[in-house]
Amino acid sequence: MSETIKTDVLIIGAGPIGLFAVFELGLLDIKAHLVDILDKVGGQCAELYPEKPIYDIPGIPYITGHGLTDALMEQIKPFKPTFHLGEMVTTLEKIGEPLFRIGTDGGKVFEAKVVVIGAGGGSFQPKRPPIPGIEPYEGKSVHYAVRKMDAFRDQRLLIVGGGDSALDWTLNLQPIAKRLTLVHRRDEFRGAPDSVNKMRALVASGDMDLKIGQVSALEGGDGQLAAANIKGNDGAIARVECDAMLPFFGLTMKLGPVANWGLPLEDGLIPVETSAFETGTPGLFAIGDINTYPGKLKLILSGFHEGALMAQKAYHYVYPDKRLVFQYTTSSTSLQKKLGVA
Amino acid sequence: MSEVQEISRSTAAKSETMPKITYIEHDGTVHTVEAELGSTVMETAQRNNVTSIVAECGGACTCATCLVHVDEKWFSVVGPPSTEEEDMLDFAFEVKPTSRLACQIKVTEALDGLIVRTPAYQGR
Repeated sequence: MSETIKTDVLIIGAGPIGLFAVFELGLLDIKAHLVDILDKVGGQCAELYPEKPIYDIPGIPYITGHGLTDALMEQIKPFKPTFHLGEMVTTLEKIGEPLFRIGTDGGKVFEAKVVVIGAGGGSFQPKRPPIPGIEPYEGKSVHYAVRKMDAFRDQRLLIVGGGDSALDWTLNLQPIAKRLTLVHRRDEFRGAPDSVNKMRALVASGDMDLKIGQVSALEGGDGQLAAANIKGNDGAIARVECDAMLPFFGLTMKLGPVANWGLPLEDGLIPVETSAFETGTPGLFAIGDINTYPGKLKLILSGFHEGALMAQKAYHYVYPDKRLVFQYTTSSTSLQKKLGVA
Repeated sequence: MSEVQEISRSTAAKSETMPKITYIEHDGTVHTVEAELGSTVMETAQRNNVTSIVAECGGACTCATCLVHVDEKWFSVVGPPSTEEEDMLDFAFEVKPTSRLACQIKVTEALDGLIVRTPAYQGR
């Protein structure tokens, strides 16, 4: 069991709203840790539209999701936030007035005076292919991520997909698998050309198989796969014996563990009041796309505003005996010192 | 009086220029709706409560949750996907030769009468 990490504020979600919250908190001398299930910061901006233009950030006529993420990271640099990426917050419990204990699927435990849920549309989780009867195999012989490569040593593997995840795992697992078959719906791959070439070379030398089609049925029992049927684009079915299947169809947003924290939800969103975007639990805030209130707009600019008001209220939980004097970055030397510009 | 007639005439004229799109959902529910020129087949679905079109990314061609199967008779009018869209179709399920992402189909007058079918599952 790892040591408990103590922090003023834990932010769940490192999307644009979580990142800007670091700035607003930082100006008030409040330190934050952030946890995100993705292996990178930026949330939907990084995962859904890194190269797509955003036109409605005030004062910035045009910026990509990637550009906005980079700019926010630059802006919050003086406050040295700590990131815990590739981890999902699974548990959240109130243990004080206010004090929260938060656990992740990576085994980390945090204690925070304030928790800010900035989880957007929920957590990005792998898409599950709609193959009839797949459920009993999931987690046993159907896996959406590779935790330990060695678990697949000497197995007959079926990897499904045509992107970089499918290709990378094909190249990494082919040397230790008993036999590896890559299944993709077309004979073209959008993954990195170098990986595609390496994969094609392995197919040409007979060291792995490539099947064009879509997995239509699974065979096996007690969660253990025995074979899969692959329906070719001509309708012909090919049966491939396998011990494990790894489908890589990208990610989708699921509300995830937020639903288990005892919060009242409205249509999968967290209701908050609008003076500080606090939930009914003092010290527990929700900002950005995950919250709801009368007139709510799911806009990045709204989330920035919500973060600013949240920080003002959070200050009173973090520093209950101090008086907060509102200041502007333009004129306050004390804020400018924190930003490293004075 | 004449003003009222004027308005009703212009509404009728507008309606004539608005292409109709029919969405047939997996469970057989049929929606025939008017689409604004220049909007997308995804946006039109969302405005008309065709819930089997999820459109998680809001139309950025990055999530593949607005898959539709274009009616075979209509596919030559709609046309094939771009390379970028074809790549995204890899993230969809039960992709057919006439499958498209609805966010990438722009509504034009030529699409008046378009029929698309929506899948049971968009990945979530």
